[in-house]
Amino acid sequence: MSVYIQDETLSFEEAMEKYDPVLGFEVHVELNTKTKMFSDAPNIFGDEPNTAVTPVDLGMPGVLPVVNKKAVEYSILIGLALNCKIAESCTFARKQYFYPDTPKNFQTSQYEDPIAYDGYLDIELEDGTVFRVEIERAHMEEDAGKLTHMGGATGRIQGADFSLVDYNRAGVPLVEIVTKPIEGAGSRAPELAKAYVAAIREIVKNLGVSDAKMERGNVRCDANVSLRPYGQEKFGTRSETKNVNSLRAVERAVRFEIQRHAAVLDSGNAIVQETRHWHEDTRSTTSGRPKSDADDYRYFPEPDLVPVVTSKEWIEELRAQLPEPPAERRKRLKEDWGYSDAEFRDVVNAGVMEAIEETIAAGASAQVARKWWMGEVARRAKEAEVDPIDVGVTPELIVELDRLVQAGKINDKLARQVLDGVLAGEGTPEEVIDKRGLAVVSDDGPLLEAIDAALAAQPDVADKIRGGKVQAVGAIVGGVMKATRGQADAGRVRELILERLGVQG
Amino acid sequence: MSELITSSAAQLAAKLAAREVTAVEVTQAHLDRINEVDGAINAFLHVNTDEALQVAADVDKARAAGEDLHELAGVPIAIKDLIVTKGQPTTAGSKMLEGWMSPYDATVISKIRAARMPMLGKTNLDEFAMGSSTEHSAYGPTHNPWDLDRIPGGSGGGSAAAVAAFEAPLALGTDTGGSIRQPAAVTGSVGVKPTYGGVSRYGAIAMASSLDQIGPVSRTVLDAALLQEVIGGHDPRDSTSLTDPVGSLADAARNGNVAGMRIGIVKELQGEGYEAGVQARFNESVEMLRDAGAEIVEVSCPNFKYALGAYYLIMPSEASSNLAKYDGVRYGMRELPAEPPLTIERVMSATRAAGFGDEVKRRIILGTYALSAGYYDAYYGSAQKVRTLIQRDFDAAFAQADVLISPTSPNTAFKLGEKLDDPLAMYLNDIATIPANMAGIPGISIPGGLSDGLPVGIQFLAPAREDIRLYRAGAALEGMLEQKWGGPLLASAPVLGGVK
Amino acid sequence: MSEINREAVAHLARLAHIEMTNDELDKMAGELDVIVDSIKSVSEVAGEDIPATSHPIPLTNVFREDVVGQTLTNEEALSGAPDNAAGRFKVPAILDEE
Repeated sequence: MSVYIQDETLSFEEAMEKYDPVLGFEVHVELNTKTKMFSDAPNIFGDEPNTAVTPVDLGMPGVLPVVNKKAVEYSILIGLALNCKIAESCTFARKQYFYPDTPKNFQTSQYEDPIAYDGYLDIELEDGTVFRVEIERAHMEEDAGKLTHMGGATGRIQGADFSLVDYNRAGVPLVEIVTKPIEGAGSRAPELAKAYVAAIREIVKNLGVSDAKMERGNVRCDANVSLRPYGQEKFGTRSETKNVNSLRAVERAVRFEIQRHAAVLDSGNAIVQETRHWHEDTRSTTSGRPKSDADDYRYFPEPDLVPVVTSKEWIEELRAQLPEPPAERRKRLKEDWGYSDAEFRDVVNAGVMEAIEETIAAGASAQVARKWWMGEVARRAKEAEVDPIDVGVTPELIVELDRLVQAGKINDKLARQVLDGVLAGEGTPEEVIDKRGLAVVSDDGPLLEAIDAALAAQPDVADKIRGGKVQAVGAIVGGVMKATRGQADAGRVRELILERLGVQG
Repeated sequence: MSELITSSAAQLAAKLAAREVTAVEVTQAHLDRINEVDGAINAFLHVNTDEALQVAADVDKARAAGEDLHELAGVPIAIKDLIVTKGQPTTAGSKMLEGWMSPYDATVISKIRAARMPMLGKTNLDEFAMGSSTEHSAYGPTHNPWDLDRIPGGSGGGSAAAVAAFEAPLALGTDTGGSIRQPAAVTGSVGVKPTYGGVSRYGAIAMASSLDQIGPVSRTVLDAALLQEVIGGHDPRDSTSLTDPVGSLADAARNGNVAGMRIGIVKELQGEGYEAGVQARFNESVEMLRDAGAEIVEVSCPNFKYALGAYYLIMPSEASSNLAKYDGVRYGMRELPAEPPLTIERVMSATRAAGFGDEVKRRIILGTYALSAGYYDAYYGSAQKVRTLIQRDFDAAFAQADVLISPTSPNTAFKLGEKLDDPLAMYLNDIATIPANMAGIPGISIPGGLSDGLPVGIQFLAPAREDIRLYRAGAALEGMLEQKWGGPLLASAPVLGGVK
Repeated sequence: MSEINREAVAHLARLAHIEMTNDELDKMAGELDVIVDSIKSVSEVAGEDIPATSHPIPLTNVFREDVVGQTLTNEEALSGAPDNAAGRFKVPAILDEE
C-alpha cells in the first residue's frame, strides 16, 4: 500500500532561476469514427457496460482484428495537420503487458514505423509569442477498457476490494501524438504546456476527427518533465505525469513537477524515473510506478494485420479535405472582423472566437457580437466561474436582443434585464419583456411630460440647445431617462426634445 | 461394419442425392460408431448427438421438399476442438477453457452450417495445438486406430483418428507446423494444409497467427477437395484472407494426372533421419509417378536445415502473445493463489500456472525469451530472416518443378509416451512439414503404404495459391496406389475388425 | 550451453504471468537450455541484407468500412466470465499500480 506523501517543492521562481526545464508530451486522441479500430462494434460513449462489444473487443479465443479504414484516414489527417510526413508503408505491432482492462493482454499499436512522423506545430502563447513544438510521431493504436474500483474507502486502487471491468471503450481508435523534447521554454513551460494541448485539441476538433472533450477523455495528456542546470546539454531524468485531463491541470501539473524536481535536485538527490499521478484536489502529483524490468513490452509485428501502404493519390485526396488550419483561420477572422490585435487576443483567450463567429453568422455585426460576448456574457461567466460559452447564452439570443435594441423596443440596460429573464427560464425575450413590463416607454404623452419637466429644471441647457448647441441635448435626455427609470427609448426622447425646442437634429 | 461408415464423403453425397439413404441414417451410423469405438480411441472430446441428428433431419425434410441442397448436405463432419462453435463447448484441449461455450461461430463453422453438414462433435488435440502426438491434451491422449498403443500424430490426432477409425468421413484440422498432415500420415488418412489465407482463420484459436491454417482431413483426396471448397474463400473478418479464385479443386481431384508434370524431390527432405520403411515407400511412389509420365527432378533447398530452428522461435513467440489472453478475467478458468494477498496479478499467474500444461508453458516461456529485450534481433528477428531464405529456396525449387514431393513425416507412429519427455525428439516429427508453413504454401499428405504395419505419408507441396496442383498430383498417386493395393489403405487397417 | 538458468526463467515467468515453483523453474531451465542450444544456429545464418518476413503471403491495405455490425448482448459478453457484477467483469483488487 502506498502512503500519501506531500512532496517538497521549491517556489517556481527559484526553480526557474536554477534550472532549465525540458518538456515532452504524449497526447492520446480518441477518434470519433462510428466503429472501433479493429472491430465493427460501435464507438459510443456512455452505453450500458459491456454491450458495445463484439467477441473481438473481449479478446475471445479465435478472434481476429480488421483495420477501420476511416480511422487510418483520420490518423493521416491528423498527421497532415501536424505538418508530419506520412509513412509510405507502416505496420502494426503488439505491445505486450498484462492488465485487466486490456482484453488480449497486449495492445495493438504501432512501433517502428508510425503512420505520421517528423512534424511540428507552431504554438501561439497568450502574448502572441510563437513557439515551435517538434512532433516526433503520431501513431495509431487502440484504447483500453474501463476499470471501476469498488470497496475500500476512496474508490482508488489503493484499498479497493475488487474492480469491475467494462470493455465498451476497449478498441476505440486512438492516435498518440508524441513530441520531441521541448527545450527553451524556460519559465513559460507551464503556459506552453497548456497552449500545446489546447492547440492539439483545437486541431482535432477542427478536423472533425475527434469530439475532443477532455472531460470525457477524448484528449488525454501525459506530460514529461525534466530539469537540468542552465548550460548543460544532457537532459535530466524525467518523470511522466499521467492522468492530466484538463488544460488547467496540464499547466498546473507541469508547474508542480518543475517545482518538485527542483526541490529534489536542490537537496542533492536524484530524480527517480517513474510515472506520476496528477491529483486535481491537492494540485500535486504522487509517485506511481518506477520503471522496472517488467516494462519489457516485447513488441513484435502484428501477424494478424497487414501493412498499410499510402499512395500519393490517397494522401492528396485527404489533404484536399483538410479544413483551414486554426492559426490561419484566426488570422482571417481577425481581419474580417476588424478587431485590433489586443481585442482579438482577448477574444481568443476568453474562448469565444467560435461563439462570435456563430453570432455574426446569425446576423449580428462584428462589434455587437464582441460587445456581448466580451462584456455582459464574460461578466456573468466570471461571476459563475464558468467559461463564457457555458453561461447559456446562444448566438441566436444575442442576435434577438440586438434586434430588439435596434428596433427601439428596449435599450441596452433593459436588454440585460431581458437576458436575466431568459436565462431564468422565463421564456423568449419578447415574453420576458411582456412579463416584466420592460418595454421602453413609447407613448409620447408621458414622455412629453417628463421632457417638459426636464427642460424646466435646466433652463440654461434648453437655451443652449435653442442657440444651436445640439450636442447639449444629452443632459436633457439623461434627465428624462432618469425620470422614466430607463424605460424610455433614448433616441425617441432626443427627437422629441429637439422637436419641442424647434431645433433641427 | 456398416457400409455407411466406410463410404467416402463423395459416395455418401451421391447416395443421399439419389435418396438411397437419409442423412439421419448416415449421421446415426457415425454416432453409433463413435459410441462403439471411441472409448478406445478417445478421438472425441464432445459428441454433438442431438444437434447433429436435428441438422440431418432438417436436411432430409428439405430434400423431400425438393429444396436445392449443397452437395455435402447431410454428410457428417467432426471438428477439431480448436475451432469455436456456438452450442458446443470449445476447450482447445486445455483445462484453461474447460466448459467454455463460445458466443460466436468460426467462419468455417458458419460455412459448414450453411452447407448443412451435421457436426458430430469436437475432436481431441494437443493442448492449444502444441504437440505432435495428441499426448499433450488435458483430456487424455488419442490412440492410433492402427495400433492403440501408438500416437495418432498431433496436434490434430483426434480428427485424423476419427476419420481413420470411420467415426467420421470428414474432419476439420488446423496446421501450424504439420498438425493436419503429420496425423494424416501416421493414421493412413488424407490431410491438406491450404495456402495461408485460403481458408479463414476467424474462430480458429490462434497458436501462431502467421503459420496457422485450417484445412480438411478425410480418407480420399476427392473428399478433401470437396471439403476445402466448402470452407475456403475470402472472409472479410480475416485480414490475411486471400481474394484469389482457386479453381475447381474437386475437378482436379476427379481428374488426377501427372503426365508432363515436373515433380521435384527435395534433397533435404529425405535420407538421413528418415526411417528406412518410410524412405522405401517414398521411393516407390516416386517411381510410380515417373511411370505415369511425370518428370522427376531433384531440387535443393539448402536453408531448410534452419527451418526447424526458425520455426521454434517464430511459433512460440507468436504463441506466447496469442495465449496471453487466458488470464482468468473474461472467460475460462480462474485459479486463486494458495495464499494471500488476493491481487489480480497473482490470480492471473495462478490461473495460468494451473490452466496450462507443461508443453504450453514451455513454449510460452521460450517465446517470451525470444521476444524479450536484448534477444529479439538474435532470435525472433533472425528467424524472420530465415523465413525469407526458406521462401527463396521454395521460389527456386518451384522454378524447376510444378510440385515438390517428400515423406510427410520421418517416421511412422511411435509408441505413446516414447517421446513425451524429450521435446526435441518430438519436434523433429515436423521437420518435413514445417517449411510449408514458414512459406505459406499448400501441402497435402496422402497414404503411401505401410512400414512394419504402420501407415507412411507422402507429401506434395505446391506454390502459394496453387492448391489445385496438390489435388491433381495427389489424386493421381492415390489412384495408382489403390490400384496396387486393391483398395484403400484403410481397408487393411486392423481396427476394421472392430475395436472393442 | 546457453545462458538460460533459473533466474532467467523466473524473470520470463514473471513477464508471462505464470507462477512457478523452484523445481519447475529448474526443470524448465534445463529443457529450454537444450532447445535454445539446438536452435541457436538460426541467429548466425541470415546476414544484414536479408529482409525479415513477418507474413508468409504479402498483402497490403486490407480494410474494413466504418459500418457498425452486430454486437454481443451483455449476457453473451459475460457468459463465460469467472465472476461478474453490475454487468461487468469482476476481478480482485489491483494493488500495484494506478
